[in-house]
Amino acid sequence: MLGLCLGIACEREERNFQGIPPSASASMPPVRESELQPGPPTRSAPISGPYEENAYGVSQGKTLYNQYNCSGCHFQGGGGIGPPLMDADWIYGSRPENIFETIAEGRPNGMPAFGRKINADQIWQLVAYVRSMSGLLRKDVAPGRSDDMQVRPQEQSTPKARPVHSALPPASERQ
Amino acid sequence: MSAAGSLLTLVQQSHSVLNPAGPQTRMIDRLWDAMYLTSIVVFVLVVGALLWSAFRRRAIDDPPQTPAREQSLKTVVAGATGLTILVLLGFLVYDVAVGRQITRNPGAQALQIRVTGHQWWWEVQYRDSIAKDWATTANEIHIPTGRPVALELRSTDVIHSFWPPDLTPKRDLIPGNVNSLWFRADSAGVYRGQCAEFCGQQHAKMGFLVIAEPPDRFALWLARQRDTAQTPTTDLTRRGQEVFLGSTCVMCHAIGGTPAGSRIGPDLTHLASRRTIAAGTLPNTRGNLAGWILDPQRIKPGTRMPPNQLSPADLHALLAYLETLK
Amino acid sequence: MTVRAEAYPEPLEPYEEVREELERTWEQPPGLWHWLRSVDHKSIAKRYIVTAFLFFVLAGLEAAVMRAQLSRPENHLLGPDAYNQFFTVHGVTMMFLFAVPIMQAMGLYFVPLMIGARNVAFPRLNAYGYWVYLAGGLFLYIAFFLNTGPDVGWFGYVPLSGPGFSPGKRADVYAQSITFTEIAALAGSVEVIVTVFKNRAPGMTLNRMPLFVWAMLIQAFMVLFAMPWVATVTQFLAMDRLVATHFFNPAEGGDALLWQHLFWFFGHPEVYIIFIPALGFVSSIVATFTRRPVFGYPVMVLSMIATGFLGFGLWVHHMFATGLPQLGQSFFTGASMMIAIPSGIQIFCWIATIWSGRPRFTVPFLFVLGFVVLFIIGGFTGVMIASVPFDQQVHDSYFIVAHFHYVLIGGAVFPLFGAFYYWFPKVTGRMLSETLGRWNFWLFFIGMNLTFFPMHQLGLDGMPRRVYTYLPETGWGDLNLLATIGAVTIAISMVIFVINVIVSLRGGVLAGDDPWGGETLEWATSSPPRPYNFPYIPVVTSRSPIWDESEELPVVTGLRTDVRDVLVTTLLDAEPDSRHRHPIPSIWPLLTAIGTTVLFVTLIFTPWGAVIGTPLFLLGLLGWGWPRGRDKWEQQLVESEA
Repeated sequence: MLGLCLGIACEREERNFQGIPPSASASMPPVRESELQPGPPTRSAPISGPYEENAYGVSQGKTLYNQYNCSGCHFQGGGGIGPPLMDADWIYGSRPENIFETIAEGRPNGMPAFGRKINADQIWQLVAYVRSMSGLLRKDVAPGRSDDMQVRPQEQSTPKARPVHSALPPASERQ
Repeated sequence: MSAAGSLLTLVQQSHSVLNPAGPQTRMIDRLWDAMYLTSIVVFVLVVGALLWSAFRRRAIDDPPQTPAREQSLKTVVAGATGLTILVLLGFLVYDVAVGRQITRNPGAQALQIRVTGHQWWWEVQYRDSIAKDWATTANEIHIPTGRPVALELRSTDVIHSFWPPDLTPKRDLIPGNVNSLWFRADSAGVYRGQCAEFCGQQHAKMGFLVIAEPPDRFALWLARQRDTAQTPTTDLTRRGQEVFLGSTCVMCHAIGGTPAGSRIGPDLTHLASRRTIAAGTLPNTRGNLAGWILDPQRIKPGTRMPPNQLSPADLHALLAYLETLK
Repeated sequence: MTVRAEAYPEPLEPYEEVREELERTWEQPPGLWHWLRSVDHKSIAKRYIVTAFLFFVLAGLEAAVMRAQLSRPENHLLGPDAYNQFFTVHGVTMMFLFAVPIMQAMGLYFVPLMIGARNVAFPRLNAYGYWVYLAGGLFLYIAFFLNTGPDVGWFGYVPLSGPGFSPGKRADVYAQSITFTEIAALAGSVEVIVTVFKNRAPGMTLNRMPLFVWAMLIQAFMVLFAMPWVATVTQFLAMDRLVATHFFNPAEGGDALLWQHLFWFFGHPEVYIIFIPALGFVSSIVATFTRRPVFGYPVMVLSMIATGFLGFGLWVHHMFATGLPQLGQSFFTGASMMIAIPSGIQIFCWIATIWSGRPRFTVPFLFVLGFVVLFIIGGFTGVMIASVPFDQQVHDSYFIVAHFHYVLIGGAVFPLFGAFYYWFPKVTGRMLSETLGRWNFWLFFIGMNLTFFPMHQLGLDGMPRRVYTYLPETGWGDLNLLATIGAVTIAISMVIFVINVIVSLRGGVLAGDDPWGGETLEWATSSPPRPYNFPYIPVVTSRSPIWDESEELPVVTGLRTDVRDVLVTTLLDAEPDSRHRHPIPSIWPLLTAIGTTVLFVTLIFTPWGAVIGTPLFLLGLLGWGWPRGRDKWEQQLVESEA
């Protein structure tokens, strides 16, 4: 029973410091964004990201997401300047290789190409984290809460404020 | 800086509680001496008493328990307990006295330094005359001899602990808290320190150097640290700067005077002036630097620095450029 | 239904008949099914001891691998990832799976024997405690072998163990395996407290209780007050990680130091939880082998109680480097020094006992002598690091590693091995070899000092704890190599111990009931004791019942032998109070423990674990408490009243 529960652990817990071998990532085959194409439909074998099942890789992706300022445009996944990342809409596809290409090659309307600035291994980590935000990864692999997400001050140290849209008249006008 | 020369400085640096170089650690060293000597005396007495009790010659008809004997034993045990209490009381007073002395406010003329712990390196910042400006370096703290320095200790990720044993007792760097600490180096020297609170994979290789130097040399050093980096002058170093700005380096490192301004990794503005790289792990030589850039995970598995693929020519140029960052 | 607690010159019934009926009533038939249902305190305590010893061996092997890694600078035997798991699992195992359980197990075995009881008070809870403990240990080790071993240190400081810096399930395994062992420890402490308070033999007033029983009682109370804190704080951590609460997140009003306060409020008493039973072992051994009662019984008891109280007032001395206010820290310096006083008194009393007695230098006694020497060294360094300035220097350095290994190995494991040699004949009926025992002792003693004494110097030389390697320039290599050689010596001594046990079990000298000439009641019954412990419950008239009764012990009669009937006595004076129907063996403790395990293990993956696991656990409790109708004893009672 215990073994069963933990049996799925091996890949999740791996700490792969050396990263994936560079040759595996350098030769990315051309990536398809949709099934539409001239002629009869063909299926290309999906490429899986190397960190989809690896909690350490996803967590590294999360750190990098903030450090490399992805949050500057996409915020914590809710989107703002850039599109949201935690919903189910994917403009350029949700498969790992689509997202890899988005990060590496950039997209029109503002997404820069990071291919030369971030090495492939870290891009794959970012891919895994981005996919975890919309629940595409297993839950036990996805990272937990952040240590410093909210920027508002602690409730107990904020001054007492009256509700803005209260129907009650201010205390001075009440009987 | 030659490889042999920098290795020599690594060997010569001091890293010990018993080799105090500041007023506080000297007091603690004296406290240790007192405790150590007392312990030896008490140890000899107690173990001697134990062995004598166990092996003393007993008469065949030695009576095991008589009231008179029990009474005298009671006196001995009570006496020994009383002595224990007296010794402990003495040390309590001594401890509190030393504790008060070493935490006394160093005064306003102390040099302010901010040390921030990161997984797994130390960010060191000196307050400039303009309050907003800071001179930033990493893993190497230069201090003037004879003048107290007041450290402001912060952490951006997990708990670390700042500990150069020759100069000062340790103090934790706790996220969400700001700790402070002051110390003074009485003699010039290179003092090694290391993170003392378990902070993850590379806790073992999170070292730093404290370099105490005469005030005039320190002032010179600080003035240079406040400058931006030199503009590259040769083709090779210009090429190196392009490599730096066009590759993965720029995502994490800052070099003053260039567009590189990221604060994720150590500030490299004056990299070549430092004695070590990788948080006190390797002497700062060209070969070590090249190895560190290409495959940092072999040297510090788990470190945040990713491996880099550079062509030999690019690497050569990059190293040449980094070596100009005095 | 009267209970007569008078001394009878002759048993009323024929002795053999009584014994046979007791055998039938209390017997535990062979076979796996009966083994799983057993509620006998001796058989459960034996399982506890064997399991805990296996975990001790595993943790020792981990230590050996770590020592091999550290034997020279920049060694590549273990990487940081593996090393961090090794030192964490070593610490968690030694603390939660070895030290506390084995001390409690010794108590669960010998307390009922020493106070003349038939069993512990709640035997099914006892069985449940063991199964939960076993599940927790298996959980930790299965996780470890699947590369999910905790890697955050046994102290698990946040934020390193929090959701931001410990991806995966390693820290959850840490938090949850502690929860398992806490439940087992709490069950054990409840057993000991109630058994000691309500099941003592008539006449064994509180001030006639053997020092060992006092030690176990004080330890049980400490467990009761200390363990809930660590269970709470690890649940806070689990919640932070699983459902994104913010107990330890400074950005949301949590605090990283909160963890340290709560953890050490448990963590410091933990040391005394391990150490106080050892005081009981030492007192038993010293009394037997000097052929006199321990000198200063009231002082010994009071100093153990003082240790128990003071142990809760020291936790901040683990946090001297966190920058707490100076004045507050001084109080903890004072308290930390104060706790040396009761320890000193105990040592003086034992020395006085040895001086005025006639020591026999058997292996258990050698271990006691070794204990005193090692524990004094650990005690001295303890007083040193009670000092705030000095502790701020050596805190989290190898000096501390040396200190607490002297205290825990010297102060607890040496007495434990003494106790193994002392009570092995009682438990198995066979003696351990004295020759091999001497080899075991001397190699252990030498190896222990070789390993840990150099670490004092390493700490003063600035070597921090929990480092997976060090640079050659630091000059720490030689002393580390010496320590590794010492570790090998300890390993050899352990092999000798295991050989000694195997040889003795196969054909050791038969021990008889009382091979050492002991002082307390466990020596009054057979070796090994029968499931009912004593054919007749003895009546106690002094602190040294066996030595003071020149002839047969007076006994209680009037307890039924055809059903599991036990005597309940009053708390202070142990006067017969009532009779209690004792539970029969049951499979439900095991099933409930399995339910608990499902609950805890699924909870680290999903909050739905509570929904899956809680019904299973409740189902177990339901089966456990399901009414089963009246047995013949109750039937007779009802009839007689009607």
